[in-house]
Amino acid sequence: MSEPDLLLSFLTKLNALTGGVFLLSAFGLVAIRQMLTCLRLYVFQSLLLAISASIIGYHYASIHLFAVAALTIATKVIIIPWLLRHTVGYESYAKREISQVINIPASLLIALGITILSYCIASPLLTAAGAGIFERVNLPVGMASLILGAFAVTVRREAVPQVLGILAMENGAFFAGVSIAHTLPFIAELAAAFDVLIIALVMGLLALKIRKTLGKTAVGELIALKEE
Amino acid sequence: MANKIIFNVIQVIVVMAFAPLIKGILNRLKENVQSKRGPSIFQPYRDIWKLFHKDEVVSENCSWIFRLTPFVVFITPIFVTLLIPVLTGYPLFFAFMGDMLGGGFILALGGFFATLAAIDTGNPYGPMGASRTRMVGFLAEPVFMIVFFTVSFIAGSTIPYIVQKHWVTPLANFFEPSHILMLLAFLMLIIAESGRIPVDNPSGHFELAMIDESKGLEYSGRGAALMKWGGAMKFFVLCCIFLNVLVAPWGLAHGTEYWEVLLAVPLILIKIIIFVLVLVAIESSLAKLRLFRITEFLGAAFATSVAAMITGLFLM
Repeated sequence: MSEPDLLLSFLTKLNALTGGVFLLSAFGLVAIRQMLTCLRLYVFQSLLLAISASIIGYHYASIHLFAVAALTIATKVIIIPWLLRHTVGYESYAKREISQVINIPASLLIALGITILSYCIASPLLTAAGAGIFERVNLPVGMASLILGAFAVTVRREAVPQVLGILAMENGAFFAGVSIAHTLPFIAELAAAFDVLIIALVMGLLALKIRKTLGKTAVGELIALKEE
Repeated sequence: MANKIIFNVIQVIVVMAFAPLIKGILNRLKENVQSKRGPSIFQPYRDIWKLFHKDEVVSENCSWIFRLTPFVVFITPIFVTLLIPVLTGYPLFFAFMGDMLGGGFILALGGFFATLAAIDTGNPYGPMGASRTRMVGFLAEPVFMIVFFTVSFIAGSTIPYIVQKHWVTPLANFFEPSHILMLLAFLMLIIAESGRIPVDNPSGHFELAMIDESKGLEYSGRGAALMKWGGAMKFFVLCCIFLNVLVAPWGLAHGTEYWEVLLAVPLILIKIIIFVLVLVAIESSLAKLRLFRITEFLGAAFATSVAAMITGLFLM
């Protein structure tokens, strides 16, 4: 095996490993009970997104993907966790457990079903487009994370994990995106990153407002429009 | 041929001799982390020695199963030792008698008899622990299956000697996502199967909270010694399967000379001690789960193993 081949195979494996752990952290965002662990897991997932973007950027020699990695680290690893911690307030994290609509083993099983479904959706796309080795990992995993994020929003009863679910959807979209569109213009990435930041800020403030009014952030209990 | 049989016997002797030592080191390190001095690392040997010299008390109401079980528990890890690579990187005499699934079933046989014996005596704590062990067991079973299926998908075989070669030829295979995820799932399995802390507290002495320990409460004398020794060997064998077959075959003997095989003994012990350090870190930093949270722990292990399988299948 020649030198570039070896490097390519190593990069492929590393990217695939990133994809696998990315998928695992998406499962974690659906099923982990502790609030603070959820937030850390989101940071970890964003870090994995940055790693994958830089691996693919290195392979295609694309400066845009390195920009994506840098932006991801700046916004999602540093600013968003800081924002979410400081806007929502410490008490929401000190409470240890997040209540779920469906119990945890069942929601994990549904999450597994979702993953298999997203692989089934992605596989015809992959064969049709004549996909390269990176798309094979990133497209299905990103798609799975997208749907798992939506699932987390549905199944969680707390405000912050729901926000994290939405952010995980965005992470998944980016994870699939970096492999498909590696010449995406810089301005689009900047806009998306800024968007996410604003989303986190607005929802953090909303959660703060909810907590100030109700004393907790268990939004799953808010079912009536007005208390009679 | 004769050489291979002798090496097989050496493997069995190594497992029998060093299993209590590993248990002793684990216990000692755990106490050290809690800033206590802890028992000597040779304490399990002394326990077993002492128990062998004590009289055995057997209830009048129990059947032959109670008397047979210590031998089954003692002998099943030895059978598994014949099938897996403990010291050598090449197949030995009995290597093709059974694959990893076979080894899993043999170990499960020991667990099955221990369960029956616990119910046999009529001690109220026995059946309780037995049913809890079964609960953990049947939750762990699908994870075992999925891990082994993943292995056979990726490596094309479930014979341990063939599987272990696959992870390092070429070295990039080691970083295959399904490999890493599978290791994670199997680590969670070992913790559940050997009754380690997030699932069960091995050093607890409170019968109502016991899962694994309460099965052996009724045994005394020689029976208790065999059960203890068998339990230690089961842990050693699980470590060997994990480290030598699933992680990597580093440190195993590849030649057929005697010194090479004997050199592999300290190497494998060092490997297991490193693993024990990891285990001590896990055990000291986590709290024991409530009984009905164990489903969540093993559900997470199942999700990990299925993720390993999916990523493995679709990368082909």
